[in-house]
Amino acid sequence: MRNFVQKTAKLTFLIAALFAFVASDQDARFQTLGHKVMCICGCNQVLLECNHVGCTYSDRMRGELASYVDRGDSDDLTLQAFVQKYGPTVLIAPTTTGFNRVAWVMPYLVLVLGLTTVVLIVRTWRTRPQVIAAGGGGRAGDAELEHYREQARKDTEV
Amino acid sequence: MSQIGSFALLLALVLSAYSFLAGLVALTRKGAGAERLGETARRAGIATFAMVFLAALVLVIAAFQDDFSIAYIFHHSNRDLPGAYKFATLWSGQEGSLLFWSLLLATYGLVLRLRYKTDSRLFAHASVIIAAVQVFFLLLLNFAAHPFAVMQGTLPQDGNGLNPLLQYPEMVIHPPMLYLGYVGFTVPFAFALAALIMRYPGEKWIQITRRWSMVTWGFLTCGVFLGAHWAYSVLGWGGYWGWDPVENASLMPWLTGTAFLHSVMMQEKRGMLKTWNMWLIFATFLLSIFGTFLTRSGVVSSVHAFAQSSIGDWFVGFLAVTFAVCLFFYVKNRSHLRSEHKLESLISRESSFLFNNLLLLVACFTVLWGTLFPVLSEWVQGNKVTVGPPFFNRVNVPVALLLLLLTAVGPLLAWRKTSIESLRRNFLWPALGAIAVGAVLIVVGIRPWKDITYLYSLMTIMLSALVGFTVISEFVRGGRVIKGHTGQSLFASMVQLAHRNTRRYGGYIVHFGVIVIMIGFAGAAFNQDKEQEMGYGDKMSLGAYTLVCRSYTQEDKPNYSSEWAIIDVFKGGKQIETLYPERRFYKASQQMATMVANRSTFKEDLYLVYEGLNQDTGRPILKVHLNPLVMWIWVGVWIMIAGTVVALIPNAVAVRVTAPARIQAAPVGAGD
Repeated sequence: MRNFVQKTAKLTFLIAALFAFVASDQDARFQTLGHKVMCICGCNQVLLECNHVGCTYSDRMRGELASYVDRGDSDDLTLQAFVQKYGPTVLIAPTTTGFNRVAWVMPYLVLVLGLTTVVLIVRTWRTRPQVIAAGGGGRAGDAELEHYREQARKDTEV
Repeated sequence: MSQIGSFALLLALVLSAYSFLAGLVALTRKGAGAERLGETARRAGIATFAMVFLAALVLVIAAFQDDFSIAYIFHHSNRDLPGAYKFATLWSGQEGSLLFWSLLLATYGLVLRLRYKTDSRLFAHASVIIAAVQVFFLLLLNFAAHPFAVMQGTLPQDGNGLNPLLQYPEMVIHPPMLYLGYVGFTVPFAFALAALIMRYPGEKWIQITRRWSMVTWGFLTCGVFLGAHWAYSVLGWGGYWGWDPVENASLMPWLTGTAFLHSVMMQEKRGMLKTWNMWLIFATFLLSIFGTFLTRSGVVSSVHAFAQSSIGDWFVGFLAVTFAVCLFFYVKNRSHLRSEHKLESLISRESSFLFNNLLLLVACFTVLWGTLFPVLSEWVQGNKVTVGPPFFNRVNVPVALLLLLLTAVGPLLAWRKTSIESLRRNFLWPALGAIAVGAVLIVVGIRPWKDITYLYSLMTIMLSALVGFTVISEFVRGGRVIKGHTGQSLFASMVQLAHRNTRRYGGYIVHFGVIVIMIGFAGAAFNQDKEQEMGYGDKMSLGAYTLVCRSYTQEDKPNYSSEWAIIDVFKGGKQIETLYPERRFYKASQQMATMVANRSTFKEDLYLVYEGLNQDTGRPILKVHLNPLVMWIWVGVWIMIAGTVVALIPNAVAVRVTAPARIQAAPVGAGD
């Protein structure tokens, strides 16, 4: 009898834990997906951040999102359902498919190209020749040049 | 009243056109006649200010007199509008804000024209360029967006009122600050173009415009952050930056302007990056105009853009002409912009400036790209897409982190070349300090491996600490040297140190402000919020706080009626404050607006929004946000402003700078 009670208690605990886990998972998914969709009332805000009480769009859209999540639809399917109904502008950021990929790639591409260019420029500058005019025009010797460098270093230190 | 304003605007256009044309002719001729003509052009420029000022004054008086015969006053004011907002009517709508822009430009032009003796030829060129820009804005005001257009038919008894979102104290100072920044960049732009046209020798134009650039940048910084504070306090969504196109429009010239303030030092000290600096200031000016175009053309949708109108075409034309003029003179006179020095090492102050500029421009490009991608997408795919905060955050945060790293390393690098040993010596303790900060944060509960936002947040705080420690070590090291010589206290020595080279140490203070702001941004990763119906006596808990609804009340005022909740805030079982989140109904415009109640501390903001009644249950809804570290952002801005002011103070002792050695003949391809 005692064994049965213990087993029943364990089973009850497991079921309760499972329900709690599923509920918290659904809540987390609702929050995540609700931040991937815009409210389309014109406020330009994230669906779950639209703070217009009585906004017919956001209330309805939240309801739809909750029903998709409760039904167990995948994230992709849920977002696709919103796109079907409200158009592509309902998604808060460009997708990573087709031409929209360009939106994501371009900033990183520019960064990499920029870094490469700067490194190349620095290397080119380091190796390019230079003629120094000293007073009337004679070329400064190495010792004199080093003297000027040292002077400049001192001047730029406080 | 409207006739006076219209006449003043028309006369201002004639005067500015004369100032431009006569100034242009005077610059192309020589002799006493040309000088006299140039002087008349200068005086016409000064008189333009008087006329634009008169027009703006007339519009403000019309607002205070409730002169609804003027369409602009009818659309943006009403009888019961408080006085401060009646004054703000001047920049609250399309036409008025363009008049305000023109007024600020005329004011900058006035100061420039009164100081012409500094270098009369350079100032005459700059004056002509400013007159050309003024002509554009006055053409707009006279023919496309007339602020004195009169109402047709029966005169209305009352106006439509000011947009409720704009009825907030910061709206009285945010737009002027922003516009002072936008318009102010016209001055360094004018000097840069003038120097290029004249093949002006040396770096004097940069020295002349240094203060202009810094003051302008300071105004733009204030304007951008006042806008963020306004959004935080008024829009009621719990955030301060939504990457809205209009916000982006203000950020872009700020980023290029910041890059210019850094790279210009390379030209002053080393005679390098002349072409780069020229184009940076051109880009900053063009982006200021482009931002105005974005706000007013309706090309992108925004929560706070002006109404869609046809003036976008005017801006496109102006941008195209300005770019063409810049390009023409650059191609014509580019040989004048050759570098005087070569770069000696990758580990040097020069290369740190190069990388700093690259990152700032990549950030600017990203913002521009994200803002315009919906337009591009519509053009290519036939449908618009939304580019919202996740995009901007994802691509800009890594760039910002790299910038923070450079902010820490850059000041430790010497000009020309830095030895690894010197870098290690200067960098070791700040780096160890930053690692210690990171370890402490992990111990107190930040788990960077759980979420990328936590990782970014941790890295931001660690890098900010690194910058902070390097700034402090720079002050302490310099202060100790002075202390050794003078025997005064370390603090007094550091003050004296800053006074000896205000630009350098003012810059460090600005950097310190930046890191305080970045720490504030890092707090956003830990934001929490909760929404709940709150009847009398209902409780809600969030974080360490418990909120208890004491009551709801209403009030009727001439301009609006309002209802607000009275919420007692408890922490640790003890009442610490009572907050009053409010909703207002503005009678003239028939619109609702929220007034957020915020309990702000260095640790976190408890931010309450009264959202009104649930239509189904009839019960009031309260949304509560717990936003950590937000106050750091506003404190950081004050530090940045303080740093800018310090940098503007003349040095106590002139800092000796060796004249850069001149290059006789630079080889082909030796540009910047």
